[in-house]
Amino acid sequence: MADIQQLEKIASQVRRDIVRQVHFATCGHPGGSLGCADFLTALYFEIMNHNPEFNMSGKNEDVFFLSNGHISPLWYSVLARSGYFEVSELATFRKLNSRLQGHPATHEGLPGVRVASGSLGQGLSVAIGVALAKKINGDDSLVFALTGDGELQEGQIWEAAMYAPHNKVDNLIVTVDWNGQQIDGANDDVLTLGDLPLKWKAFGWEVLQMNGNDMTEVVATLHEAKKKTGQGKPIVILMKTVMGFGVDFMMHTHKWHGVAPNAEQTETALAQLEETLGDF
Amino acid sequence: MLDKYVSTGKKATRNGFGAGLYEIGQQNDEVVALIADLLGSLKMQQFKEAFPERFFQIGIAEANMMGIAAGLATAGKIPYTGTFANFSTGRVYDQIRQSIAYSDKNVKICASHAGVTLGEDGATHQILEDIGMMKMLPGMTVINPCDYNQTKAATMAIAEHHGPVYLRFGRPSWPMFIPEDTKFEIGKALLLNEGTDVSIFATGHLVWIALEAARALTAEGVSCEVINIHTIKPLDNEAILDSVSKTKCVVTAEEHQRNGGLGDSIAQLLAQHQPAPMEYVAVNDSFGESGTPMELLDKYGLGTKDVINAVKNVLKRK
Repeated sequence: MADIQQLEKIASQVRRDIVRQVHFATCGHPGGSLGCADFLTALYFEIMNHNPEFNMSGKNEDVFFLSNGHISPLWYSVLARSGYFEVSELATFRKLNSRLQGHPATHEGLPGVRVASGSLGQGLSVAIGVALAKKINGDDSLVFALTGDGELQEGQIWEAAMYAPHNKVDNLIVTVDWNGQQIDGANDDVLTLGDLPLKWKAFGWEVLQMNGNDMTEVVATLHEAKKKTGQGKPIVILMKTVMGFGVDFMMHTHKWHGVAPNAEQTETALAQLEETLGDF
Repeated sequence: MLDKYVSTGKKATRNGFGAGLYEIGQQNDEVVALIADLLGSLKMQQFKEAFPERFFQIGIAEANMMGIAAGLATAGKIPYTGTFANFSTGRVYDQIRQSIAYSDKNVKICASHAGVTLGEDGATHQILEDIGMMKMLPGMTVINPCDYNQTKAATMAIAEHHGPVYLRFGRPSWPMFIPEDTKFEIGKALLLNEGTDVSIFATGHLVWIALEAARALTAEGVSCEVINIHTIKPLDNEAILDSVSKTKCVVTAEEHQRNGGLGDSIAQLLAQHQPAPMEYVAVNDSFGESGTPMELLDKYGLGTKDVINAVKNVLKRK
């Protein structure tokens, strides 16, 4: 059984890492990062069978692809806290000569990252490719991917969404961060996503939904998703989150999608997030 | 040496790709192939039938194909993607840039129907900018073989090279003149004829045109060095500079825009190391149109007479 309290403690530290990385870099994307912190913490600390002794091929281990690469400060924190690299390296986020690029990249050899992302819509296809290779290799581990909701406006997502069910890519669990916001405003104002559960279902996916900011529900839903693998269908989890979750003044607005908090705002934010594992 | 490189029949370069893919598929279990609904055009049936578990029909979704290929490569496979050159490059440039080139994925982007020799389908499909786009990507190897045998050999050789490759070939039936046993070395130019008056550097279908021009010019007493630049990136700087140091003038020939093609790569090299008069045989800032391959080569300045004229013009500038 998962220790929910322990996961929540880790997520709190991850949220501190996000706020501090973005503050020190004076730029970055705190909103979506904070919203997905519970999900990614659960994935790396409870759900996935993965090896921090990083191997690019990911053979015989579960692998994760971040398609919405702009929430990199979240991923970097989770990777560091999982042991992929030193936590102190988080201080280099977005700095010259850092492995922690503004958007995730393999180019500098950062352990844990298997493909660059940032230009949206591409990660789902890459995840499918790895899932296909696992099938050829007789490797029964799983492939996870996370996309944004605004990202679903990219056409390539739907090319991939059509491919995976047709080809029974059932070792794949995709999560959509359904926070309803994107840079220019609410999804519904920019370009509405319509009935998302119905759309994914119509494309042939097994559709689950969860509250991505309730650790108990996140862990339970991810376990349920794992049970549904190997049954001929890819799985999508439509995850309702609140952008900026955990920092009151960043919540329920798109305004903190890509803005760094100043010193005062950072102090206010950190006061709301318990330091549980020691800051970097 | 001109006698060595004579036509032994005609076959399309895309058939060389299909044959090479099948053969490398037999030799290397990690080779996988993807197609975006152009199985017959890319001549990939034999691979598909022999290795169905390593073949992926993606449908008309080239962006997804490039991403899936990047994923297969991540997991250690050697993916060969197949579609027309237009859909292999311009349509998916960002996918190639981010998921393949920047991410250093071992994907072989195999592109048929390049250039005006695609013919009657017209300008929508006749890409003439692909070499330029692909050679600009850091780490991308760009190869444009000249006949069936060379395309087959190149298709097999790129499996042994780790890193992204753009392999460009074409639709029409074309003279075969490179002996089957000719070794294909990525980045090593192939000397087809030694000469002293002019260096003709040619790639793809235009290599045969250059040889035909050289034969005609030899009869007129012009000594042409003909070099097949099958690898546009990395360029064989040494072979090019050695040749130009002898001949002191250059003609480049390619089925591509002047902007960004082989000629530009060679001009850049020469400007830095050995400035010399140079003429381009290439498409001059224009789209193509419908027609037969030979009609189009003629109309767009890519025919034998165009190479001959370019040589005569450059000789006057020496």
